[in-house]
Amino acid sequence: MAAQNLKHALFCAIVTLVISYPILGLNLVAEGTKVVLEGADTATVISILLAAVAVFLFQLFRDNIMGSMGKMPNLNPFANREPMEQSKRQRLDTIVLVLLVVGALIWPFFVSRGSVDLATLVLIYIMLALGLNVVVGLAGLLDLGYVAFYAVGAYTFALLYQYFNISFWVALPLGACLAALFGLMLGFPVLRLRGDYLAIVTLGFGEIIRILLNNMTWLTGGPNGIGGIPDPTLFGMEFGRRVKEEGNTLFHEVFNISYSGNHKIIVLYLIALVLALFTAVVIRRFTKMPVGRSWEALREDEIAARSLGLSRTSVKLSAFTIGAFFAGFAGTVFASKQGFISPESFVFLESAIILAIVVLGGMGSQIGVILAAVAVIILPELAREFSEYRMLLFGLAMVLMMIWRPQGLMPMRRMHIELKKQE
Amino acid sequence: MLEVRNLSMRFGGLLAVDQVSLDVNEHEIVSIIGPNGAGKTTVFNCISGFYSPTGGTIRFQGEEVQGKPDYKISRLGMVRTFQHVRLFNKMTVVENLLVAQHRHLNTNLFSGLLKTPNYRQREQKALDRAAYWLDRVGLLELANREAGNLAYGQQRRLEIARCMVTEPTMLMLDEPAAGLNPAETRDLNHLIVGLKEDYNVSVLLIEHDMSLVMEISDRINVINQGRPLASGTPEEVRQNDDVIKAYLGEA
Amino acid sequence: MQDLLYFLQQLINGLTIGSAYALIAIGYTMVYGIIGMINFAHGEIYMIGAYTALITITGLAALGIAWLPLILIVALICAVLVSSSMGWAVERVAYRPVRGRHRLIPLISAIGMSIFLQNYVHLAQGSRNIGFPALIQGGFQFGSPDSFQTSISYMQITIFITTLICMTALSLFISRSRTGRACRAVSQDLGMANLLGIDTNRIISATFIIGASLAAVAGLLLGMYYGSIDPLFGFIAGLKAFTAAVLGGIGSIPGAMLGGLILGVSESMTSGYLSGEYKDVVSFGLLILILLFKPTGLLGKPEVEKI
Repeated sequence: MAAQNLKHALFCAIVTLVISYPILGLNLVAEGTKVVLEGADTATVISILLAAVAVFLFQLFRDNIMGSMGKMPNLNPFANREPMEQSKRQRLDTIVLVLLVVGALIWPFFVSRGSVDLATLVLIYIMLALGLNVVVGLAGLLDLGYVAFYAVGAYTFALLYQYFNISFWVALPLGACLAALFGLMLGFPVLRLRGDYLAIVTLGFGEIIRILLNNMTWLTGGPNGIGGIPDPTLFGMEFGRRVKEEGNTLFHEVFNISYSGNHKIIVLYLIALVLALFTAVVIRRFTKMPVGRSWEALREDEIAARSLGLSRTSVKLSAFTIGAFFAGFAGTVFASKQGFISPESFVFLESAIILAIVVLGGMGSQIGVILAAVAVIILPELAREFSEYRMLLFGLAMVLMMIWRPQGLMPMRRMHIELKKQE
Repeated sequence: MLEVRNLSMRFGGLLAVDQVSLDVNEHEIVSIIGPNGAGKTTVFNCISGFYSPTGGTIRFQGEEVQGKPDYKISRLGMVRTFQHVRLFNKMTVVENLLVAQHRHLNTNLFSGLLKTPNYRQREQKALDRAAYWLDRVGLLELANREAGNLAYGQQRRLEIARCMVTEPTMLMLDEPAAGLNPAETRDLNHLIVGLKEDYNVSVLLIEHDMSLVMEISDRINVINQGRPLASGTPEEVRQNDDVIKAYLGEA
Repeated sequence: MQDLLYFLQQLINGLTIGSAYALIAIGYTMVYGIIGMINFAHGEIYMIGAYTALITITGLAALGIAWLPLILIVALICAVLVSSSMGWAVERVAYRPVRGRHRLIPLISAIGMSIFLQNYVHLAQGSRNIGFPALIQGGFQFGSPDSFQTSISYMQITIFITTLICMTALSLFISRSRTGRACRAVSQDLGMANLLGIDTNRIISATFIIGASLAAVAGLLLGMYYGSIDPLFGFIAGLKAFTAAVLGGIGSIPGAMLGGLILGVSESMTSGYLSGEYKDVVSFGLLILILLFKPTGLLGKPEVEKI
């Protein structure tokens, strides 16, 4: 046993060296047209060696280490508690939500402009993640091209404004509906496919949309994107220093306060908050309606669901379309917040991030998804000095999360419909 | 009511069902029996639309239904259970019955979002109907439990109740007595006959064990290795030499 | 005549790219066939193969070694060694612990791994694309010199022949060797193979190693063919190769070959007759179309739903 452990440990250490030394230790540097090889600094080489030694030691004493880890007391104090009663849980949920909303309403008036702006971005991701949660978490369909619908929403607003001068509030439902229409059109043929094929087809669709946006320069401006997208107005009031659209009034003039750039940021944040809240509430209702039940039924046992007369295509299609709708919604807000959009914002990585939020939050759970969105968007901003390592750590976190806590931070607990005692 | 003529199903080189014909009339319990691997479940899967048969016709209430998608056949009023119980395990018992009633509910998204009176009314009706059926199969006390936590016999009954809330005209049961003890089997037979008498449903039943179906079936079809072997009343089948040979030969 | 020559040129280009896609697609199709997961990080393994090859070639040049066959063979060996070690390690670290869980979980782990590896190379080697020396130059030309000429470069011939050799070797390995037979057994029924005493973990590792090795070969070949590489080099190629695998029928090795060639040709035809910018649109569009009419791919076996 010990000899075998030693052999295995040695093998693992060598593999560690093989996969890290050539890539990390030997750097390709372009000198003019020529490429030359440079050795990395001593620190890197030493850390590679240390890593190999660490792997060797870990594998050698693997059984002991794993054994003592098992003996460690459970760190989670809540691990063994009884599940809460449903009515109690529902009340607690409501209280937490209300507190969150109240906090989110007051908070922007006391912090910096940058934080509010970041918070708006978080809200956009919350909308996206809640929408994708319907598709992945509730209906169990893996959509890797979700960002395409986000792009449709954003571009709808940008183009409608550019060509027809249409305002945010009109574009919002239009963008969402157009995204839903795209979802319907894509979903209709492809939702018959098996899960993994669906994943790759949606991924391909996402790429198609991005490439089209990039190349239809006459319409979308290609890689240069579209700029000058206006901020939302509030009952015909603008937040700029001067009126841009005829017939509008100015916020600071109406209320007779001095002009401040912060007003715009805060109002945008509040609008995003209201829309995110709307998304959460509507989706929450859906889960308790027949449509939500059929998503779950199909996810749980497709064959049984079909035997009861549920059409696989239309049930999946409804989830897919509703998911796309909210992506379009978020896209419109995003376009308005940025003022400028280009295909750069709608790459596959974006889909992966949204998916990571859903998974991290615990598929199907709304509060979990909201917390995860906050974590995924804000943590990298806090760790700016590690910004180089941001994506590296992000990828690593996804892997580790799947290994150690695949059910997410807050796994979904179903709210059951209860049959009241009949008199 | 149901007429199956010369049904065949081929998987690659294997002819799993070969020229099977059977009839179910209104207000009748008809059984398909045969040894393991005889193709009974394949016949079922063809009739219920999960497989598209490679030959033959299936008529239900005069309409040709072979090759129609499963959910459409179910909506025509022909609903089935499965050999290995298929419940929505993480949903509660009553929710299982609500899912099955999707066609009786107001599925308009907006009326649901706004909780219109019509929506509430229908939702309440669905709950009432669910309660009625749970009472009928003796599961009312367990209505708010997760379906996956029920005992096996209870799961079987729930699966039947879930079919019945869709208000079918024909119920197809795939080995409903498998895994039940003798007392449970007796209750089940009682339930099946009761469904036929009280709700005017016809029943098509698959059973592996001949003795169980003898008392409740009006007619029996025996198939062996995909081919029809005999059919007739329980008496006729019991005395059929081929059937005796097939069963004794197997035993 | 000119039109025909032009068409031939596109065909040759397409078959070249397509056979390289097929090499990468093998890794997807074998892994999917055995454990039913999309190895999302496979494109990155290929990219690492290309980087290792370039590092080796540059290193050998610095040492003053100029004999081409030696350079190519050493680069190939190094690329295969590093990529297959990486493939093995990725399976061990990121996939084995999550095997058998809900099918979304290994997939997300794989997406995480893909992002990780991309940034691993990005941090070590920079994000800019780096020139890959065209070691194999020259070729044949057809057609009159004053109008359009069809050319087949020696590089293209090398790609063809290498792919052919790899595919033949793989087919022989799968059909003849003990490990190959075990591979087939495991892909039929993993649980049963386990019961029969096949070390399934070893077979799964072997699958990853074989897939990664072929990807490394493709990395070296396509690196030379394109003339430059960057850390994102693997993502699109991986996506294309997966598309090829699905197109041909996932789990089927001849399917991967066929899918690769179809994809390569349709891409080069789009580039040649329409616009290079739309070639990806066409290949994904093709994927969607084929899946609509033949959901199991061209050579995939139809599935019977178990009820």
